[in-house]
Amino acid sequence: MAAGLHESTIHELQEKLRRGDVTASEITEAVFSRIEAVDGRIKSFITIMRDSAAACARRADEAIRAGKAGPLTGIPIAVKDIMCTKGVRTTCGSRILENFFPPYDATVVRKLKEGGAVIVGKTNMDEFAMGSSTETSFYGITRNPWDLGRIPGGSSGGSAAAVAAGECIASLGSDTGGSIRQPASLCGVVGMKPTYGRVSRYGLIAFASSLDQIGPFTRDAEDCAILLNAICGYDPLDSTSVPVETPDYRSFVGKDIKGWKFGVPREYLIEGIDPEVAGLMEESIGVLESLGAERVDISLPHTEYCVAVYYVIAPAEASSNLARYDGVKYGYRSPDARDLIEMYRKSRSEGFGAEVKRRIMIGTYALSSGYYDAYYKKASQVRTLIKRDFEEAFRKCDVIVTPTAPTAAFRIGEKTDDPLQMYLSDIFTISANLAGIPGISTPCGYTGKGLPVGLQLLAGHFQEGKLIQAASALERNAKFEKRRPAL
Amino acid sequence: MEYETVIGLEVHAQLLTDSKIFCGCSTKFGAAPNSHTCPICLGMPGVLPVLNRKVVEYTIKMGLATNCRINPEDVFARKNYFYPDLPKGYQISQFDRPLAEDGWVDIEIDGKKKRIGIIRIHMEEDAGKLVHDETSPFSYVDFNRTGVPLIEIVSRPDIRSPEEATFYLRRLHEILVYLEICDGNMEEGSFRCDANVSIRPGGAAEFGTRTELKNMNSFRNVQRALEYEVKRQQYVVEGGGKVAQETRLWDDAQGTTLSMRGKEEAHDYRYFPDPDLVPVAIDNAWIEEVRATLPELPMEKRERFIGEYGIPAYDAGVLTATRALAEFYEETVKLTGKPKIASNWVMGDVLRYLNEEKRDIRESPVKPSSLADMINLIERGTISGKMAKEVFEEMYRSGKGPEAIIEEKGLVQITDEDALKKTIEQVLAANPSEAEQYRSGKQKLFGFFVGQVMKATGGKANPAMVNDILKKILSGR
Ligand SMILES: [Zn+2]
Repeated sequence: MAAGLHESTIHELQEKLRRGDVTASEITEAVFSRIEAVDGRIKSFITIMRDSAAACARRADEAIRAGKAGPLTGIPIAVKDIMCTKGVRTTCGSRILENFFPPYDATVVRKLKEGGAVIVGKTNMDEFAMGSSTETSFYGITRNPWDLGRIPGGSSGGSAAAVAAGECIASLGSDTGGSIRQPASLCGVVGMKPTYGRVSRYGLIAFASSLDQIGPFTRDAEDCAILLNAICGYDPLDSTSVPVETPDYRSFVGKDIKGWKFGVPREYLIEGIDPEVAGLMEESIGVLESLGAERVDISLPHTEYCVAVYYVIAPAEASSNLARYDGVKYGYRSPDARDLIEMYRKSRSEGFGAEVKRRIMIGTYALSSGYYDAYYKKASQVRTLIKRDFEEAFRKCDVIVTPTAPTAAFRIGEKTDDPLQMYLSDIFTISANLAGIPGISTPCGYTGKGLPVGLQLLAGHFQEGKLIQAASALERNAKFEKRRPAL
Repeated sequence: MEYETVIGLEVHAQLLTDSKIFCGCSTKFGAAPNSHTCPICLGMPGVLPVLNRKVVEYTIKMGLATNCRINPEDVFARKNYFYPDLPKGYQISQFDRPLAEDGWVDIEIDGKKKRIGIIRIHMEEDAGKLVHDETSPFSYVDFNRTGVPLIEIVSRPDIRSPEEATFYLRRLHEILVYLEICDGNMEEGSFRCDANVSIRPGGAAEFGTRTELKNMNSFRNVQRALEYEVKRQQYVVEGGGKVAQETRLWDDAQGTTLSMRGKEEAHDYRYFPDPDLVPVAIDNAWIEEVRATLPELPMEKRERFIGEYGIPAYDAGVLTATRALAEFYEETVKLTGKPKIASNWVMGDVLRYLNEEKRDIRESPVKPSSLADMINLIERGTISGKMAKEVFEEMYRSGKGPEAIIEEKGLVQITDEDALKKTIEQVLAANPSEAEQYRSGKQKLFGFFVGQVMKATGGKANPAMVNDILKKILSGR
């Protein structure tokens, strides 16, 4: 079966657009037909931007005719509803922002628009990106295209599902503890969290400011490079974005990895890993070795503290970041408050969901006087040790290999009553956010039930090129047949 | 029992930058509500702060002027609390790594110097303003002031009386204004002060329980509030009670302080480093660059005026009140070489006319050059001191130079000896009996003759010459 337009990659469509085989309007139309056909079952989107997308596609066609096309001109891209879009409702998956229409674009959205991309809609997500299953959204659950009874992962579940289901060509997500890589793994697509500071956070609604980073979801490593090229770079509006050179990431695609050392951290080979997942990882390492790379044993000694450190720092920052949702200026305000304190209490109680409230409380506690030293300060100190672990490890290897998640997609509702089990699904991804290093999840096969599994690759700061290079090598030499979800 | 008063002050000063501390909005006072706002200072979702480097520069200035250590790495922290005028639900401030620490300023009361320690100076953003309308069930928020840069200057508890407190405040105020980093306007809130006050038995080593005083918006109110609070605490202690640790508000109309919140209701601000801002690195080169721009500070200037110009301490104090006034004075001295006479004119007529119209020295229609011309004309005897008063008034009203006015009004002094002699002889001839009385010993009549001569010349006679000639003629007979 030949791939439909909506199932193509960015680089395939670029070629077709360039040759004039297809128009941006046709591609956009194909994507919207697909959304119409399948989104009722998957629910990737909170907001679908059909009209503006059609207009954008027409402009893209004009640009192509005028010979002014860029790498994203005419490419339908979905954006997680955590990134502000001027004049388009941006909810962050929360009731508290159900009526919020930002008067500005996030820097990444501006870059997509300037690059000629066609933004098709705003994707569903765990409320304020707090979750690993896209079950905590006020706007309903997103389902995994590979098995509608399962979760797509989270928090960027909508963006991952949309790419997997052909509802867009690529998408943007955000990753605070694995929110791009884990759903990419569970939906069988490529997802990258760039180095902290590589992509501007301006206009990204903050969950945990020192951990949040925007990144792409794509169908292959080359598309990942194309989209990263478009969104990366220093932004004077984000003081934490880093003014360093950005290479052409596409130039890393297809380069060989002979002589590279791939580190396997012994602390990650834990009991909780599904044997099928472990097996698929071994198979991938075999592929790497067959390409002339070497497997090395490495140690990340502070791994066992990662989840604990994360669940102090992220909620602490969130408790402060989410204080602005108070019913005073924008967003939800409870209709029946009689005074200021009641307005705060009711607006926040009614506007936030249970998981968000849980994290606000944890974070408030961790920062409280008398507890700060024991929690937040201690966690920050351990975070420094975790960073050092990686610095040490990257002296011994080029790239670290781990499973992205301990299991394939789990069933809807399976972990909603057990926050600790839910938190453990990010056990392999959290450390990269704490250390600020880039990570990618790339498909490495399927379980016996036909669910996709991802492999995580981690590299040193600003070494996204290495991740593209390794992922593309794996992709081109994969031992498994690439499938599409049957919808 | 004798009590010792212990006071520490926290001063908030708005910095005179054109734009806010973390966004590009204007800091101008008095604009229509919410017209100086943007998504960043309104705390909208996803926006990020970007530091205005001018704020750092100004704070370094104040740190250097108050003898502080400038920390090479400064961290912004979030101070978390809910209030409608605080759009993010936290204020970006500094906590454990402020820009400047461990400084001091000297104050002088009745010729005695005292050093007041400064614990820290840190940068932060101002909050907005609530607007209450009694006729409406709603209150409104004006976010124009949100994000206007502030520095907070925290003193050591070295202050021992309300009087010392106001001297210290005036000192900080004049330094800030001298540095041109704050307009010092207390009514508009550009310079605000909170105080921590306690009392202890004389000689005790431990501090008493302190109260925090707020809402004192003038130097006078600070002194009144502190005086009231010290008395109140003494009254509580002498009545066998204990001073409660609490925040109290000064009520200007009642002249009392009222409890606002107790220790139990004190906020837990949950400070933590702001992850949206990177630490500010300040190297020595930057510090030295700023140091090179520091003007002579008021205290130094005062001492120099006394030493260099030989003017009294009082004059030096008045003349150094602002940089512009001191410059005006020094320019006048330079052009006349007469420091005390220049001081008399500047402190006298110049300031009197300006004060009557509430005008600033920089707006004076009489410039130092014309004032100096006028003083030189007096010195040369072209006009008398008395004429000069009239000339000055005309200079102030018309902005003309003294020579033009003297010409127009024909105010030139008569210094022709023969002409004066002639007039004096006429006066003596016209008053023979008084002349007779003078010669027989009634010396007091000398003034009468001078008066008559001046009258006869329409006030234009050179008084010194009249004296001389008159004496000669009266005794020469
Ligand atoms: Zn602003």
